[in-house]
Amino acid sequence: MELAPNRLLPGDVLRAGSIGLRTRRLRAVLSALGIAIGIASMVGVLGISESSKADLLAQLDRLGTNLLTVTPGQSVFGEPATLPEVAPRMIGRIAAVEEVASVRTIAGASVRRTPYIPIEETNGIGVSATDTNLLATLNGTLEEGVFLNAATVRNPVVVLGSVAAERLGIAGVGAGLRLYISGRWFTVAGVLEELPLAPTIDRSALIGYPIAGELLGAGQDATSIHVRTDPGTLADVRGVLPRTSNPENPDELSVSRPSDVIEARAAAKSAYTSLFLGLGAIALLVGGVGIANVMVISVLERRSEIGLRRALGAGKRHISLQFLTESLLLATIGGVAGALIGTLITVGYAWSRGWSVAVPAYAPAGGLIAALLIGAVAGLYPAVRAARLSPTDALRSV
Amino acid sequence: MSLLGSPAPADTTDRRNAYVLELRGVTKVYAGGVTALAGVDLAIAAGELVAIVGPSGSGKSTLLHVIGTLDRPTSGEVWIDGHSTAALDDQQLASLRAQAIGFVFQQFFLLDGMSALENVATALLYTGTRAGERRRLARELLERVGLGHRLHQLPHKLSGGERQRVAIARALLGRPAIVLADEPTGNLDTRTGAEILALLEELNRDGATILVITHEREVADACRRQVAVRDGRIEHDSAGEA
Repeated sequence: MELAPNRLLPGDVLRAGSIGLRTRRLRAVLSALGIAIGIASMVGVLGISESSKADLLAQLDRLGTNLLTVTPGQSVFGEPATLPEVAPRMIGRIAAVEEVASVRTIAGASVRRTPYIPIEETNGIGVSATDTNLLATLNGTLEEGVFLNAATVRNPVVVLGSVAAERLGIAGVGAGLRLYISGRWFTVAGVLEELPLAPTIDRSALIGYPIAGELLGAGQDATSIHVRTDPGTLADVRGVLPRTSNPENPDELSVSRPSDVIEARAAAKSAYTSLFLGLGAIALLVGGVGIANVMVISVLERRSEIGLRRALGAGKRHISLQFLTESLLLATIGGVAGALIGTLITVGYAWSRGWSVAVPAYAPAGGLIAALLIGAVAGLYPAVRAARLSPTDALRSV
Repeated sequence: MSLLGSPAPADTTDRRNAYVLELRGVTKVYAGGVTALAGVDLAIAAGELVAIVGPSGSGKSTLLHVIGTLDRPTSGEVWIDGHSTAALDDQQLASLRAQAIGFVFQQFFLLDGMSALENVATALLYTGTRAGERRRLARELLERVGLGHRLHQLPHKLSGGERQRVAIARALLGRPAIVLADEPTGNLDTRTGAEILALLEELNRDGATILVITHEREVADACRRQVAVRDGRIEHDSAGEA
């Protein structure tokens, strides 16, 4: 008579593999939790860093990477150098330059709400003279009021950077709101939004060059010149800027690209990301060890079940398949839960920061694959052990 | 309705005229030199109800394992349902158990977390039978052993006698050539034990070949044929007396 080979239908593999989870639910949940925490932290770290990077890059897009800033450096004798007064006008003659605006920090000037506040309390706010097109050059916007114009640069009128306004407690630009700048009253015309490309402006009170010279005795040479160029010729412009700004001493100045700072910040995120990813991987590994541990215990506890199944006609491979399936199921449950939790964490964090959510698809997918691999590795040894158990030993063990 | 349902079309063997189990000169020596079986010859025909009786340590557990193909003999031949077990590898032995041997254990060995119906249906799990068909057959058999009202109970909610009925139904589900019952009444009180014995006799009348391993004289007396085992040998076989 023909001996039909024993076999386990695919649906029954799942059914047999899940019985251990169904009968010991708490244990299954706890061991899947280990994997879930590992995957969630990895997905969360990747999602959050990706979202923040996307936010920085979106900011860069908005601000443009075609801004260059010229600042005086040092003379050959190590003394602070100055830029020639005509430098902004010379730069403006370069064909590829779209906008030029200069800023002069006025040393020794102070800004206060009233004369009764001690002069030492500067709040870290400086006074700077500037041109009317500074805002256009920096792609900045006003939170309130108006910027300096051809008329107000000659009058005691001030526009505040975002941080300066906040520190001075300026909530709104009301009629007649004045500030006390170095012994003179200045009317507040406007407040700027944050300028990520020129953080020093955020902490400044801006007045016009003419009034600065007239009332505060400030020199007319710039301490920084912001240059907006045609993006295609940025490198060329950068090359000619030193000689154009200061033909006599082109070495006594430096040209920087403020957007580089933001790009560097985006890159720095990646360094942190690898660190936290490493921590997530360790959590995942610990989760895998947890599953292996639970599976080994499960095999010990279920010797009689293994014996019974062998008596009912299960081959060794059916037994190992059952325990491997159980381990894979545990890891999959943990992996799916972890990917979901990690995505939710990302969404929540991005929402709280006002970022758009960017979970890279490879994060949850990779997390699931990692979980399956961990499950397979963790389940392999217990599965082989279960299969090797001799049926008579297994049945005797009660 | 016949206990075992209508015969499967593929199975044309007339078991009543053939030995379903045959042992020829079977010995079993364990590592360490303990001789558990010292040359056993035994033949059981289809439809028999046989008791293997002997005190503990007589070798009857080893005999059960060898007959059930859970263990291989050191020497000698074991034939089950026309297959020589020596020629089969581990995988084929498992296949043979799946289709030709049913087990009933003293400790029942029902799986927790599975209803009575699912426990019985598990008997056909490794034969590739579809789940729906397994459950249909299991339901029929559970009704036959008087547990039609307990189909969906979990094992721990069942009494000892009920558990053993579930186990017996499981052993019979695959219509095996032979059912091996290892101390089937060992964990039951006298009255329940008697009921289980009566059930086995009834199932045997309906055509099942049943081999009961026991150390209890009363259980052995309920069977038509008794084989007494002592020190790994068959001391007495009532088959020859009839």
